[in-house]
This record gives sequence, structure tokens and C-alpha cells, in this order.
Amino acid sequence: MQTTPAARRLPLGERLRRGMRSGRLTAIALLLPPALILFTLFVILPLTESGYYAFFDWNGYGQPTDYVGLRNFEQMMGHSAFQTAAGNTLKIVAVSLFLQMPLALLLALMIYRRTPTNALFRLVFFVPYILAEVAAGLIWSFVFDGNYGVTASIAQSLGVDSFFILANRDWAFVAVMTVIVWKYFGFHMMIYIAALQGVSEDLIEAARIEGARRVQIVRYVQVPMIKPAIVVSAFFAIIGALQVFDVIIPLTNGGPSNSTHTIVTYLYTFGLTRLRIGFGSAVGVVLFLVAVLVAVFYQRFAMKRAET
Amino acid sequence: MRSKRLLPNILRVAFLCVVASFVLAPMLATALGGFKTNAEIRTNAFALPESWNFEFYAAIAADPAFWRYLGNSLIVSVATVALTLFVGAAAAYVFAQIRFFGSRMLFSYLLLGLMFPFATAILPLFIKVRDIGLLDTYWAVILPQTAFGLSLAILLFRTFFEQLPKELFEAAYIDGCGYVRFFWRFTLPLSTPILATVGVFVFVQSWNNFLLPLVVLNSREVFTWPLGMMQFRGEYVTEWNRTLAFVTLTILPAIVFFLAAQKYIVAGLTGGAVKG
Repeated sequence: MQTTPAARRLPLGERLRRGMRSGRLTAIALLLPPALILFTLFVILPLTESGYYAFFDWNGYGQPTDYVGLRNFEQMMGHSAFQTAAGNTLKIVAVSLFLQMPLALLLALMIYRRTPTNALFRLVFFVPYILAEVAAGLIWSFVFDGNYGVTASIAQSLGVDSFFILANRDWAFVAVMTVIVWKYFGFHMMIYIAALQGVSEDLIEAARIEGARRVQIVRYVQVPMIKPAIVVSAFFAIIGALQVFDVIIPLTNGGPSNSTHTIVTYLYTFGLTRLRIGFGSAVGVVLFLVAVLVAVFYQRFAMKRAET
Repeated sequence: MRSKRLLPNILRVAFLCVVASFVLAPMLATALGGFKTNAEIRTNAFALPESWNFEFYAAIAADPAFWRYLGNSLIVSVATVALTLFVGAAAAYVFAQIRFFGSRMLFSYLLLGLMFPFATAILPLFIKVRDIGLLDTYWAVILPQTAFGLSLAILLFRTFFEQLPKELFEAAYIDGCGYVRFFWRFTLPLSTPILATVGVFVFVQSWNNFLLPLVVLNSREVFTWPLGMMQFRGEYVTEWNRTLAFVTLTILPAIVFFLAAQKYIVAGLTGGAVKG
């Protein structure tokens, strides 16, 4: 909606006067600025500033004066902990796409119909997603605790020495990914369930009458029909992987020997806790570029293709 | 159910039960762990406690710090929700109702927040909050949270406002009702479904937020519950039962509330992506 059509045909002076009467300008001047100010101050400014700070060696006090060019970026790229962190982030993406999403789809296909049992399972599978990530991390750090947790109980019942999976360089990140799958598969499942419930029953019935078996119906009717939902959930999986932070802190805090960092925990550990604002900002810039790249790529290709 | 489908169905339910136990076991072990002595947790993490010790739960429920953490989280979350709804709805209303020079550009500008994760700007944000002098206050969490939530809120609100019947505004306009009054009197009351969706969604995000409070809050008086929980864990490193009781007590009300509101949570999550 806009100004009433009559108002648009009137001369400028009259239009302005009408505008004042209906409070059109007042409305713009009153209702828009709070959002603009808040957003600019706490989102856009920090973002552009990180693009500026990234070229300085700065501890956050006074003004950044020690211009170092691209050194922060070079240092980060050459840092083995950063390479591990970036690799870990990719691992999370891979596990999300190839393990978590198929599992979620399988479960969604099993329980998308509206029955009381299905509703119960749906509820159960959604609970981890609802938990705060820190709480989930803490719970699992108990499960994985070699002295007390479930691993300890299992080791004891098997009669073997207890193992500390979170302190093991090779296995700690496997544990982290287990927690991530545990926490988020229910979310993806919910997206699929919503989409599956939108697929017309007639279509499935028609396929059945034509003699299609259950697997064929899934493969040729249901999955193609919910493709947009799958594309969206993959997008969430990738963007989510870029942001993993909360679960890592209680589980491993990035250790042992920096083997379980993600990009964000790396940023936090090497940027903030050591007050290397310039360096941390450089990490933030890289993270930003990756996120934008993913978003643009998705809008250009994946979303379009899913629509056709 | 035809008998032919019986076996697949049994397999299906069996598989679902396996997944369900994978989901529930850690949480169950947590809740039960709060009733056990540490020695018992050590030997038997999963089973029911031999004797139910209520003392650990009671100790936490009697700890004023515990309630302060929850209270802080509540204040921060409620304020974030109120501010996001109000500021976001006001801006979205302008975009939906009034066409003016630059409106599309400003709208796209405000949607930029959907493009990148919160963490990218966390360091300059910390500097900014510190320079304004908000460090260690509720505002240090409320304002940035609101700012980052605005993009999604405005997107969802505008879509909803545009679907409201236009005749309503024309009638009100003829009766002399201006834009601002119309916003108050008609748009907001008619938009409770979308306000609820966004409100619940923002509340959940705020309630569970960890990174931002971790960066901008230092003193325990203003800690939100995730920070309090980590603090508690640090203090009782060897006493898992206390930590587990703490975790259970903090997540229980959240689970109940969130399950009741899950419709809104899912709607908020999927709505933004499908539209964007």
C-alpha cells in the first residue's frame, strides 16, 4: 500500500500537506530510525570495523596505529591450529550433509504421518535441538568422561582400562561430531516432516496403484517433491557448521593441543582471550567472506534449481 | 494394517526406539546423576540410583546465585523480545505501508543481517560495547541481540503486514486515522500470530545465547544462566553430581516451555530461509 491513488495525482505541495495530515512523514521519521540506528550501531559498524582492524596489530586499547598490512591473514593461514579449525568446520559440513541429513530424512519418512506414536517420537527427537548448546556440551562431556561418565561404565563392564575420548587427539573431534548430530538431526527432521505432510496423498496413492513399491515411492515421488526443503536444510547445515562454538567450549575447549577448534572457537581463543583484536578481526573477515560466498552461491544456484 | 506390513512395522518401531534411546540416554543419565553420590556415578552412570539423594538438587535450589542467573537470563530475554518486536514491527510497518524514496534500499540494508553469522563481528562489537560503557550490564547483551535479530523479524513482519486487508487502512484513513495511530490500533493487534512466532523464536535464541554474554559480561552478578552453569562446573570440577543437578534444574523449565511452543520455533526457523 502507498499514499491513496488520489494523492499521487495532486501537485507536490498538496501531496506534502496530505502527507503531513495522515502522518506519513511522521510515521517514517518515528518508526524507522530505531531499527536503523540499532542495526547500524551493533551490526554494520562492527562488521566494517572488523574489516579495518584486520590490518592492524592491536590489543584493543587506544587507537589502532600499528598497521601491518596482510600479516594477520598470512599468520592465520600459516597457523596449523587455524588449518585444523577450518578442516574441522568442513568435517562438520560433511557429517551434516552425508550422515545427519540422510538420518533425518529416514526418520522423517518413518514418522511424518499424524499418529499419536509418531507425535511422541517427533517430540523426543526434537528435544536435543531445544536444549541450549552449552547444556548439550556439558551433558556430553559427562557422558564422555573417562572417570565418571558412560564411557567409564562401559569400559568397566567390558573390563578394559577406561579411555578419555575427549583427551584423545584422534577421537576427540569424532566425539564432538557425535554431539552435533545428536543435537541437530531433529531440526532437519522437522523441516522434512513439514514438507512431507504437504505432499499430496493422491500422488502417493496413484503411484501405489501403478504398482510402485515403498522404496520407489520415496525415491521417485516423495524425495523429489520435498527437494526445496532438503536444499534449505542443507543451507542451514552449512551456515550452522560455520557457527559452531557453544558445544565445543564445555566439551574440549578446543583441545587437546588445539585439535578440536572450529573457526569461531579459534577466533575466540586466539583473538579475544589473548586480546589480539586485529588478528581476531582478520579471522572474522574470513568467516564473513565464506558465509557471504555460501549465501550468494545458494541464492544463485541451489535455491533456483530447487524451484524449477 | 495388513499382516504383510507387520514385519516392516516392527522393524520401523525398533529402529525408532534405538534412535530414541540414543537421544534420551544422555539426558536421563544427567537427571539421574543429580541424585547419585559421585562414587555411584562412577560405577553406574545409567541405572536408577541405589538411594535417591535429594540433597544436591536441594542445595542448588537453595543457592541464591542459581536464581540470580535464571533471573538475569529472564530479564535479558524478555527485554530482547520486547525491543525486537517493537522496533522490528515499527520498521516493517513503514516498509509494508508507505512507499517512499529509498525504501527498498533501506529494506535490503536491514536484511543484510541474514547473510552472516553473529560471530564474525564479535571482536569489534566487544570494543564498541566497551567504549559506550555498557560492558557488564544487561544492555550489553540486549542491544546487540536485538540488532542481530532485527533482520529476520523485519522480513517476517513485513510479509505478514502486507497480507492484511488494505481496505481497512483506506477506511481508517478516511475517518482521519493517521499512519502511526493505525499501526498502534490495527496493525499490531491484528498481527498477534506473527508477533508470537517471532517473540518465541527470539526468546529461545536469547535464553540459550552463550557467546555474546561470555564476551561482554564479566561479573557474576549479571551472569546469564549458561555462564553461571559453566562457572558452577568450574567450581565443582570433581563433583559431577552437583553439576548434573544444576544442568537438570536449568534445562527442565526450558524444555517444558519450548516443547509447548515448538510450533512457533519451527515456523520462525523455516520462515526466514524459505523467504530469503
